[in-house]
Amino acid sequence: MAAFKETKLPANAPIAEKGLAWVDDRFPLTKLWNDQWGKYYAPKNFNFWYIFGSLAMLILVLQIVTGIFLTMHYKPDANLAFGSVEYIMREVPWGWLVRYMHSTGASAFFIVIYLHMTRALLYGSYKKPRELLWLFGFAIFLCLMAEAFFGYLLPWGQMSYWGAQVIVNLFGAIPFIGPDLSLWIRGDYVVSDATLNRFFAFHVIAIPLVLLGLVAAHLIALHEVGSNNPDGIEIKENLGADGHPVDGIPSHPYYSVHDIFGVSVFLVIFSTVVFFAPEMGGYFLEYNNFIPADSLKTPAHIAPTWYFTPFYSVLRATTADFMYVLMGAIALYVVFIWLKSRLSFMVKSAIAVVALLAIIGMLPAVLDAKFWGVVLFGASVMIMAALPWLDHSPVKSIRYRPDWHTYVLWVFGFVFVTLGYLGTQLPTALFTLISQVCTLLYFSFFLLMPWWSAMGTFKPVPKRVTFHPH
Amino acid sequence: MSNEKQVDPGRRGVLVATCATGGVIGLATAGALVSTFQPSEKAKAAGAPVEVDIDGMTPGEMRTVEWRGKPVWILKRSPDMVDSLKKTDADVADPKSERAPDALTPEYARNQYRSRKPEYLVAVGICSHLGCSPTSKFASGAQPNLPDDWKGGFLCPCHGSTFDLAGRVFKNKPAPDNLEVPPHMYLSDNRLIIGKDEKGEA
Repeated sequence: MAAFKETKLPANAPIAEKGLAWVDDRFPLTKLWNDQWGKYYAPKNFNFWYIFGSLAMLILVLQIVTGIFLTMHYKPDANLAFGSVEYIMREVPWGWLVRYMHSTGASAFFIVIYLHMTRALLYGSYKKPRELLWLFGFAIFLCLMAEAFFGYLLPWGQMSYWGAQVIVNLFGAIPFIGPDLSLWIRGDYVVSDATLNRFFAFHVIAIPLVLLGLVAAHLIALHEVGSNNPDGIEIKENLGADGHPVDGIPSHPYYSVHDIFGVSVFLVIFSTVVFFAPEMGGYFLEYNNFIPADSLKTPAHIAPTWYFTPFYSVLRATTADFMYVLMGAIALYVVFIWLKSRLSFMVKSAIAVVALLAIIGMLPAVLDAKFWGVVLFGASVMIMAALPWLDHSPVKSIRYRPDWHTYVLWVFGFVFVTLGYLGTQLPTALFTLISQVCTLLYFSFFLLMPWWSAMGTFKPVPKRVTFHPH
Repeated sequence: MSNEKQVDPGRRGVLVATCATGGVIGLATAGALVSTFQPSEKAKAAGAPVEVDIDGMTPGEMRTVEWRGKPVWILKRSPDMVDSLKKTDADVADPKSERAPDALTPEYARNQYRSRKPEYLVAVGICSHLGCSPTSKFASGAQPNLPDDWKGGFLCPCHGSTFDLAGRVFKNKPAPDNLEVPPHMYLSDNRLIIGKDEKGEA
């Protein structure tokens, strides 16, 4: 460590410059700005898919700020909560705007995050050396789901109440400890005032703190390894005379202006929804949530908010009959691994033993379909974390993968959207069958990825990024 | 291990003891915080039995009362409704209430009607799947979301589980168990107490 040295500036230097020098001697302000944004060299070939990271950041700030002001008027009490939300809507000056910004922001957050993740899938942004970056991002996604779930109970409407009842009871499906675990989460025998109070605490302080920490980790990891790009080329491998990547440009001002433009477009769309369709036809704010919570009556049609429905469909697809299909699928998968993978004998045997235990567990006499529904529900979310290790493609970007990989991604996208749609609908025999097929396809996409992602003829990856000066 | 760094065993011992004590105190504090999540004394005390007057109920009528924050249904079944239970016997997953009998079905209700008197069903209206409250679908015949040979019963709006008029779950539905029959007894022909039976309070 060098000794402290005060930066000497000419006496007639501007006051701002002197002030900054004084701070920089005591706190690495300029260094932080340059490392994290000002002189952070990003690939010059970003396309519109690269706007969603900064949009997510914007929405995070929006949610925190609007959330703080909502907290000033909201009452986390089972007798007062519903009324206090109506009070915010009708009597607090501009309260309706703050609340609609917050509720629309929640859906906007998920739209932006899903698109952000789609980008990663298209350009292989999770592949080495960005595995940890992906994991931080995945943890942020989990936090967002928790945040949305806890927040949804707060208006204390019918959908809030019964949605929380269903999700908390998911934990009840765990053998032996399940019922006690649900009781512990609720703090009462049914969803009640105690539940509302603790969910409020999680929503306004516990999860946001974790979320902010993870966002910081996500950004630090990103700026450490550098951004991926639509060509999936490591720009740091090709440095110019100045020591900066020849295909990189400083984020400021180049991407600052891009982001400001993206933010403007986003805010136009966002404001349109806030002012003209805050309920979004019952998708952003469900109609049943305008009825106060009633512990004696479940609404005729309950469904989670749209961003949870793909996973919720997986839960509903797991019926007793479907267990036999799953048992067959697991057996086939193990045979496939034994024949087609280069894993060691030990690993293969371990997989076979786990699979055998799962198949035994799936027998009707052992564990209920209900339990396995919860397992698949959890697995359908968690499996995304494994992407960096499931994708064995020699190239990152979809641009240089075989053309048919694009179709695989399209099918996956279609399956995901279909599951999402079915999750909003009442279950019928046909819908259940479709969701079962989609569930199998969903898991096949991930579990067979080690093979299909390495198959086909890959195109040569260029040395420099594809970029047309404009 | 190199001996270059001289370790004072006395100080090292104190260091280990301090860390261990600190760890134990930390764990105990975490334990206290985790414990605050359990139901409070107030919540536990709120589970008192409820008395219900069933005088004047007409066949096919259902009343809902609250017990421990949960809906408890009292359904007066008509003779046709009671007969329908014979027909559903083959289609329900657990016709004799043999699954988890201690938790779900008191001894006096382990019969085809799952009740003390064939005409009265007393059941907690909470689906054994994920805790929604099923809606009553007493009319028989084909209806949306129900099989064509429907004989009357309950449909859970959340995940489509169906129950017959004795709260027995149909086969191959998400719900694993029949609806819970709470401990209950008749104080007189027209008065019923829920949450208490000859064995005492639940």
